[in-house]
Amino acid sequence: MDEKMIEKLKSQKTYRREPLTDTQLLMTITICIFMAMYVLAMVFLKGGFLHPQQVFDMLNDNASLIIVSCGLTIVMIGGGIDISVGAVTSLVVMSCVMYLNNGGNIFVSILLALGIGLAFGLVQGFLISYLEIQPFIVTLAGMFFARGMTTILSVNPQKAAHEGFAKLREVKIEIPWLGYYAKNGNLVPARMELGVVVAFACLIVIFILLGFIRLGRNFYAMGGNQQSALMLGINVKKTRFLSYVISGVLSGISGYVFMMHTGAGNATNAAGMEMNAIASSIIGGTLLTGGVGNVAGTFFGTLTLTTIKKIVVSSGLREPWWQSITTGGMLCFFILLQSVVLGYRAKKKKA
Amino acid sequence: MSKKNDKKFSLNLGQLTIPIIAILLLVLFNLFRDPSFFYIGIAHNNDGNIVLSGNLVSIINGASELAVLAIGMTLVTAACGGQDISVGAAAAIAGSVFVKILKSVPSINGFTVLVAFVSACIVAMIFGSFNGTLVAVFKIQPMIATLILYTCGRSIAYWINGGATPTVDSPIITAIGSFIPGIPIPTPVLIVVAVAIAFKLLFHFTSLELFTQSVGINGSAARLNGINATFMKLLSFILLGVCVAVAGSIGVSRLGLINHETLLLDVEMDTILAVAIGGNNLGGGKFKISGSIIGAYVIQMLTITLYAMKVSSTDVKAYKAIVIILLVVIGSPVIKAKFAKLTAKSKFGQPKQPAKGAD
Repeated sequence: MDEKMIEKLKSQKTYRREPLTDTQLLMTITICIFMAMYVLAMVFLKGGFLHPQQVFDMLNDNASLIIVSCGLTIVMIGGGIDISVGAVTSLVVMSCVMYLNNGGNIFVSILLALGIGLAFGLVQGFLISYLEIQPFIVTLAGMFFARGMTTILSVNPQKAAHEGFAKLREVKIEIPWLGYYAKNGNLVPARMELGVVVAFACLIVIFILLGFIRLGRNFYAMGGNQQSALMLGINVKKTRFLSYVISGVLSGISGYVFMMHTGAGNATNAAGMEMNAIASSIIGGTLLTGGVGNVAGTFFGTLTLTTIKKIVVSSGLREPWWQSITTGGMLCFFILLQSVVLGYRAKKKKA
Repeated sequence: MSKKNDKKFSLNLGQLTIPIIAILLLVLFNLFRDPSFFYIGIAHNNDGNIVLSGNLVSIINGASELAVLAIGMTLVTAACGGQDISVGAAAAIAGSVFVKILKSVPSINGFTVLVAFVSACIVAMIFGSFNGTLVAVFKIQPMIATLILYTCGRSIAYWINGGATPTVDSPIITAIGSFIPGIPIPTPVLIVVAVAIAFKLLFHFTSLELFTQSVGINGSAARLNGINATFMKLLSFILLGVCVAVAGSIGVSRLGLINHETLLLDVEMDTILAVAIGGNNLGGGKFKISGSIIGAYVIQMLTITLYAMKVSSTDVKAYKAIVIILLVVIGSPVIKAKFAKLTAKSKFGQPKQPAKGAD
């Protein structure tokens, strides 16, 4: 009996000392797999993977996806879903380009981007949290509306011809010591776009929000168990409302970053971005059921998604269908891994 | 007046209130706008057959794929409490298989078309059971599980097609896609009727409906009562696979070619919408297939109405969104409760709370 008691106590102790929560465990797995993938690519594929510029290219191309995924991660932690983000991004790009081309100024265009995002967030958040309509349907309608408005503004692609904006687009952060020598002997510094800085700023702000601020902790509580969150005195409706507002504002920011990257508005901009963002969040260890997740994981999720595409291209599978087939395969791998790992842990806890 | 009418409906129809109100509103709107919208004519098509034509016919014909998919999606929604977002991609795969088989046989006749359709069915059921296994065995949220096939499904179709958009040209395929000689009703409509009757019979002779509902309402309670919840979830995805194959084959037959990018594009969103407009709870549980079918026709009627108002096909989405939001706001529990309170207070209202039964 005594031995059993001691064992029990021991197991309780280890449980109490358990260093990793579900969130941290899933995030660690993602980061490890990403590192392993990148190192293997460096060893076997060489080529571009040996240059630091490859990483910066990935960041430059995906700055807006990172921002959108951050917003989606918050919504998903709260137990909801927002599939309007890609369409809002596209609408913001189109309206800002049209505004700038009709002689607007840059400061107002930024406000316009934020305003559109905020408006979508407010309306969708109100409908979902205060009128208790299913989030999927509301944000689906938001997606239809934003896509429709984009084509109403212009069916043809619009190129931004604003002088000040062109100058802003040219601003790039150069890091000489990470550059490489071109064939003619000139040093080509590593280049990073302004959008990446914005993306990192968003990442840090949301990381702090989720980790150390009451509102952020409330998202976890609400997503984990809405009933007990209510009992703890959390204003669940307001918290849910705010999660959609934040996601909306971030899609606005993402739209502006997208415009700085492409410099043109097009009705097909950011097509399928919402699903890419959901995939990034899932790979990063966010569960759609809510309560588990972290933006740092999401960031590595985005990078993993991009890296696998680059690896497919540079390993010689040039047919157009291989990229998405491997992406699907990888998604399957991560989803199964999470399910198995979490299932195993839940069993262990019960025992 | 109209309020009183609405209340009557909600008393009698329960779950079907919203879809029927939506159809009535659309009909009324079109009557005021242009009564000739409802004109049904008789015309001769290119082959010289006598066929029906008009907006109503094109609504009922155009919603065929959506209606078939909505039937399967309702089952999945009811059993699993989530939606399959890969139906469009899976339909592209099924369509590709259908065309691939027809291309590989020397002559296209009734038998080979049947063989091609059965193969498409089998492939779609395999993909359905893949999704189903992830959901039922590994307990992954349906939307996440089907995100995998959503991501890569159209690429797999592209792969099967060998990087091209192959065409099939045969009178049988044309007959499936448009009209059978001698019958003035479009063939896809007949197929929808056949599928609906098949499901009605299935529900009548098996306990599928009851079992699906009980699994959706409370999976573990259903299991304790001896229902194999895992199998029911898997079965719902396999049945959706059959619906997907039917929809994919109709879509291919309409155009006589398979284009992996555009075949049934964005149909997954419309299908989920049809299920929601049909008054089904997207969280699982009780369901009504008839609601979803009416929901599919509501969506198509809305689209055709907007086309008739000279809205361009790319802009339709924005107006559709507004109507959807209006519909779901009317149907939202909070608004229903307020409405019920108001009618209870007023003299004419009955003290019963009709809104409660509807959700």
